[in-house]
Amino acid sequence: MIPEVGQFALMLALGLALVQATLPLLGAWRGVPEWIAVARPAARAQSLFVLLALLCLTYAFLTNDFSVAYVAENSNTALPWFYRIGAVWGAHEGSLLLWASILSVWTLVVTFRSRSLPPDFTARVLGVMGWVSVGFLLFMLIASNPFTRMFPVPLNGRDLNPLLQNPGLVLHPPLLYMGYVGFVVPFAFAISALLDGRLDAAWARWSRPWTTAAWLFLTLGIAVGSWWSYSVLGWGGWWFWDPVENASFMPWLVGTALIHSLAVTDKRGAFKSWTVLLAIFAFSLSLLGTFLVRSGVLVSVHAFATDPRRGIFILMFLAVVVGLSLLLYAWRAPTVKGGGNFHVLSRETLLLVNNVLLISAAFAVLLGTLYPLILEGMAVGKISVGPPYFNTVFVPLTLPIVFLAAIGAGVRWKQQKLRPLLRYLWPPFVVCLAAGIGFSIWYTGEVRALVIVAVVSAFWVMLLSARDIWGRIRRNLAGANRWYRVPRHVLGMTLAHFGLGVFVLGVTLAGTGSMEKDVNMAPGDSVSLAGYTFRFEGVTKLRGPNYTATQGAVSVSRDGHRVALLHPQKRVYIVQTSPMTEAGIQSGLFRDLYVSLGDPTGGGAWAMRIYYKPMVRWIWLGALFMALGGLVAALDRRYRLTVARGAAPAPRTPVPPAHPVPVSPGNP
Amino acid sequence: MVRYLVSFGLFAILVALLAVGLGHDPRRIPSPLIGKPAPQFSLPELAHPERTLSRKDLLGKVTLFNVWASWCVSCRDEMRVLDALAKSGVVPIYGLNYKDHRTAALEWLKAFGNPYVVNAFDQAGRVAINWGVYGVPETFVVDAKGIIRYKQIGPITPYALNRKILPLVRRLQEEARR
Amino acid sequence: MRRLYPLLLLLLLMPAVPAVRAASPAAAPTVPTSGFTNPREDARYHALLKNLRCLVCQNESLQDSQAGLAKDLRREVRDQMRQGKSNRDIVRYLVARYGDFVLYRPPLMHSTYLLWFGPFIGLLIGIVVLVALVRKRARAPDGEPPPDGARKRLVELLRDREGPKT
Repeated sequence: MIPEVGQFALMLALGLALVQATLPLLGAWRGVPEWIAVARPAARAQSLFVLLALLCLTYAFLTNDFSVAYVAENSNTALPWFYRIGAVWGAHEGSLLLWASILSVWTLVVTFRSRSLPPDFTARVLGVMGWVSVGFLLFMLIASNPFTRMFPVPLNGRDLNPLLQNPGLVLHPPLLYMGYVGFVVPFAFAISALLDGRLDAAWARWSRPWTTAAWLFLTLGIAVGSWWSYSVLGWGGWWFWDPVENASFMPWLVGTALIHSLAVTDKRGAFKSWTVLLAIFAFSLSLLGTFLVRSGVLVSVHAFATDPRRGIFILMFLAVVVGLSLLLYAWRAPTVKGGGNFHVLSRETLLLVNNVLLISAAFAVLLGTLYPLILEGMAVGKISVGPPYFNTVFVPLTLPIVFLAAIGAGVRWKQQKLRPLLRYLWPPFVVCLAAGIGFSIWYTGEVRALVIVAVVSAFWVMLLSARDIWGRIRRNLAGANRWYRVPRHVLGMTLAHFGLGVFVLGVTLAGTGSMEKDVNMAPGDSVSLAGYTFRFEGVTKLRGPNYTATQGAVSVSRDGHRVALLHPQKRVYIVQTSPMTEAGIQSGLFRDLYVSLGDPTGGGAWAMRIYYKPMVRWIWLGALFMALGGLVAALDRRYRLTVARGAAPAPRTPVPPAHPVPVSPGNP
Repeated sequence: MVRYLVSFGLFAILVALLAVGLGHDPRRIPSPLIGKPAPQFSLPELAHPERTLSRKDLLGKVTLFNVWASWCVSCRDEMRVLDALAKSGVVPIYGLNYKDHRTAALEWLKAFGNPYVVNAFDQAGRVAINWGVYGVPETFVVDAKGIIRYKQIGPITPYALNRKILPLVRRLQEEARR
Repeated sequence: MRRLYPLLLLLLLMPAVPAVRAASPAAAPTVPTSGFTNPREDARYHALLKNLRCLVCQNESLQDSQAGLAKDLRREVRDQMRQGKSNRDIVRYLVARYGDFVLYRPPLMHSTYLLWFGPFIGLLIGIVVLVALVRKRARAPDGEPPPDGARKRLVELLRDREGPKT
């Protein structure tokens, strides 16, 4: 019964989405207020029905309703309840429902947070989002229905893919999709502005918090995914440049570019047509990612069970949505006039440089991901494009961004005089250069140019970010403001830049400082690595709820003191008998100790892989800082056009100063 | 206007590429050995360990060289097609028994049929590596001069047999006769 | 402000990040899975395997894969190393059998020029466009441009919103 409710809810949602996608757009075009007024209620109803469907599917999972084929294929009575919730999006059909549900969440939020926008503009935004909903609901009902019944009803389900039975499953997809799908909002804003013909600074101002919000979720989602693969896959890596990882990383890069370009368009009215194009790109790459993951055109670790027919549908959808958007862009963008002028040395220029670098980096990822496909399509051989390629090409394109991020925040809009800037920058630069070089050489024990450049850049962006905030606090202390009064968008930006430094430092130091050993160990054997002694104590058998495991015990000591007891596991899940590794990790702020269990090699001995990973947590810590920065920035009051009730009388000058006075290199 | 159409043009190319990509199986790795001489080998026969089979035995006629194992499920599906082909006598089939147990392999042949002229026994899998095998079953078409002309990855389907393998075999036999 | 730098420096460096070179006392000998007791050989073996792709699972390197063929290929690599073959020889051996697909680092050849140089060509184009744009904007006369419709609209909008409240 409940699954039928879900099915029915999806069909109703499709009907409502069609209304949401047509009437408001027509109304905004012809100027019919009644039709425009349909937008909000239709969008809300549509969203609620999709969410109802998601609840129905969750209910089917929780109650082990194996008459639903999707549940039977991805769950089991022995599966713990929290993984049953995760299993809702553990395979293709359900994750598509999650996609649609998250689109609904964003739609709902837009209906509530858009009261201050002109009604015709909101109507267009919701209409565009409606078309995206129509596409995904149609796809689900035609080719990927999660509610399809199965007869005869199996006694038990085939269980969730063991690879997915990890806390990461509960967190990673919702966060990732919040980000991925969230780019639909700036996309819809951009399309509406193009349809409207009024591509202006107001549009950029409205788009900013939405873009930042989507971006912060995407940042978190990617970070959780990376942490998940680190703890499960057993090779101690945190990023493999797998096509699916790249599929989420490309929108992130373009989204980051979009955030920065929106800042220019908002503050200075410049680069409007470029910004609108970026908004289209960011969402297009999300759709492209959806296509790559589900069509099976590329080999990947976590690709869904693939079916070319599904691929054809998504590709057609992608072609229509993106193709039409780009045509609309080509039609409308030429009429857009450029904004204000600026000098060669100005924040505008630096943000443009940021955009060029980020887009080149995104292009490198796109090229590397699709190149095997290109060559195969032209029948000129088959190649693999793996981590060595990406590391070689990606790093030189992105390191300058780290370096420039630190400077950009302190440079003035429109025109920056060179000498005060240099006077402002040289002392910290000298400090970072000396500290970075010294630290790198001490750390690696040799002179490695790339490590030095990375470490110096990381110190540089961290130091300047800290100094920026410190400078503001000091001026607050001297002035009338409370000391902590720092504009949130500035604080957010600074936090995110600081996080970038933390991240780069983590990547560099974990990358160069990691040590590993592949050894055969019998109980009682010990091996030393990076000053730690790892002693293999033996294995025991364990029973989990739906698996049996062999658990090793490895005690780690340093200078005779025990620091950790690690329990790497090798699990065999009862239903899907594939073996799974679960690494034994002791994490610390400055180093991880990591052991993964291989195969028995006879005589009680086991193959084992032992890692010492310094600073690896800083990678995710950096991402957390970035996301936190995004959160703080997205909550800035300047994006809320409504004035809080009961607040002090609104300031006379409604537009915030176009030159937010920086910790000013200009007026020392 | 044209300037603004650049992104649309690039996107159109991308979509075309992806559409082409949908028709390919990304897991299929084309063999670099096509058009090259079949690798040398010399292995004991499966049924008669004292005799050896080597590359020489394949020469002078067009042959199929089929890699199989008793633990391989899809080899079983393939057996019907191979059996029919062997009975038709169009082309001799040589087998390479890959990483198997001798008794298990012989029993398997008894149970599911034996289309092979003779089988080589590659317990260590070394010869298979030299032939670039990465999954069983795989089948090579080797011409009379010992050159590899085609590789079927996965079981031979009736479709692949009639559309690709048999026409190729006939053409190669023509060539050999001339 | 300047007084702060030494402090900040100290903060940055204070974490007692154990240097990579931390002395490792000799422990009871354990056998590396590679069978190479010489650490340099062992490291070379793993570095080589890390950049080779397993053909069966296709998403793991030869180092990480547990597939039967991966084990056989690891054995092959070990044997060839023992025979004194260079990395280049071993890679050539694998490529001859399985094609360029086994290499995670695509070789530089005609068909991969675009792959290797494309991103940098993209960057170059970006820089050219950027320079042209900045020069155009910088050549224009100084001073704030007259507020275009957009900014005016934003100002009006904000005023509308806030007007009644003031």
